[in-house]
Amino acid sequence: MVEPYVNIMLAIILAPLLPGVINRTKAIFAGRRGQPLLQVYFDLWKLMQKGAVYSRTTTWLFRAGPVIGLSAILAAILLVPLGAAESAISFKGDLILFAYLFGIMRFFTVLAALDTGSAFEGMGASREVTFAALAEPALLMGLAALARQTNYLSLSHMLTGVSPAMWGAASPVLALVAASLFVVFLAENARIPVDDPNTHLELTMIHEVMVLDHGGPDFAFIVYAASLKLWALGAVLIGIAVPIRSGRLWIDVPAAVAGMLLLAVLVGIIESSMARLKLLRVPQLLLGATAFSILALVLVLR
Amino acid sequence: MNNSVDTIMVFLVLTNLMLLGTSRLGTCIRVVAIQGIALGLLPLFLHRNWGEIHLWLLAGAIMGLKGGVFPWLLSRTLRESNDSREDEPFVGYGLSVVTGPLALATCFWVSSRLPLSPQIAPSLVVPVALFTIMVGLFLIVSRKKALTQVLGYLVLENGIYTFGVALAQKQPLLVEMGILLDVFAAVFVMGIIIFHINREFDHIDTDQLSSLRS
Repeated sequence: MVEPYVNIMLAIILAPLLPGVINRTKAIFAGRRGQPLLQVYFDLWKLMQKGAVYSRTTTWLFRAGPVIGLSAILAAILLVPLGAAESAISFKGDLILFAYLFGIMRFFTVLAALDTGSAFEGMGASREVTFAALAEPALLMGLAALARQTNYLSLSHMLTGVSPAMWGAASPVLALVAASLFVVFLAENARIPVDDPNTHLELTMIHEVMVLDHGGPDFAFIVYAASLKLWALGAVLIGIAVPIRSGRLWIDVPAAVAGMLLLAVLVGIIESSMARLKLLRVPQLLLGATAFSILALVLVLR
Repeated sequence: MNNSVDTIMVFLVLTNLMLLGTSRLGTCIRVVAIQGIALGLLPLFLHRNWGEIHLWLLAGAIMGLKGGVFPWLLSRTLRESNDSREDEPFVGYGLSVVTGPLALATCFWVSSRLPLSPQIAPSLVVPVALFTIMVGLFLIVSRKKALTQVLGYLVLENGIYTFGVALAQKQPLLVEMGILLDVFAAVFVMGIIIFHINREFDHIDTDQLSSLRS
């Protein structure tokens, strides 16, 4: 079986390309030339060369945060299929593990942020946790609807089981789940309607403000984990939205990768064309996504 | 039944949820208009008699009235009332959006217990019609602005209409046209009433109508 290796290698190698594509799309929309597509790789290389600075007030939690975050997201990458390429590990109910690996990553990022004792980081942590608590039901309900629709309980079988025939038979359910997961994808990855990755004002940051005090290799871990997270959730979304299952690996996998790149372009277009929502509006957006998921679940349970 | 009807039904549910969640009155009017147009398409896809002229007439009349005339009347009323364009609800928007799926689940449960004909039972039409009626009632009860209450009335009527189209296979054209005329008269009268409320009180907030003018 070569599929899982292809899947994991692609994720590990191509993940930092996604933020590059998003930035390039935003640059084109703004009429700039923009940074190179491979900028994130350069950043990672540069950060790995540096040493880390630790404050005397921090404890081991601060150093553990990035490492645990990266390992949690690598474990999630093992669970998620890419297009028709099955994941390395799959067992019944692994979708719950998948959802809560993100939970572990967030928990330790938040702990590391609180460990610094900075007021801004505490504020960012509080916002991150609030929004995550609202995004979680949307993700779990959406995956539950998908599990019921495909009759599988493992993420890999579920997502590779989505086919054009299923889109013909149950298009409302799949479209609702895809829409809901797209909102979750934007919220979890700190993208624009929820959080602005480019902002430089600590008061308005959510995710970025939590990692302000990390530097050097630690920050490289965080940046790399963020791109892997983009890739993992994107792969779930693409598994539903691009159901190309010809049975030949050399068609299906490139189609899925192309889908990922298109998704990145779409995110770039959204970031160029709309402003960040008011903090009070974000829960409404996430509740809307939850409503979509519940609706899909009601439709399949009927 | 068939997939296109179910798609229209899901669209109906989504517009209902959007009505529960938006605060802008202009957006609400537009959403109700889109809902009316989707409902105009419903009899065509439900009965699938593409040659029958009366279905086309009905669809045209519904789309023209619900998608064109009502929104125009209501947005003119909104423009002429110098009120703020935001609604102030008794029940908050977040809570309203959460109420929606719960109400929908209740409607599915209720319709599963109704003695429906086996032809109509598996489709989404009956539960979604009930849900639309409930959303209409909820809008009338939980919003303060007179305009939103008119919109709630329209959504309520949309629900009853969906129910009727699904259950009565051969409804006479005359009856449906009569209902449309009634609704038209009602919206017309309500538009005039809102205009008068606005001229007397300088706002269309029904919650404050009980207090005396100074």
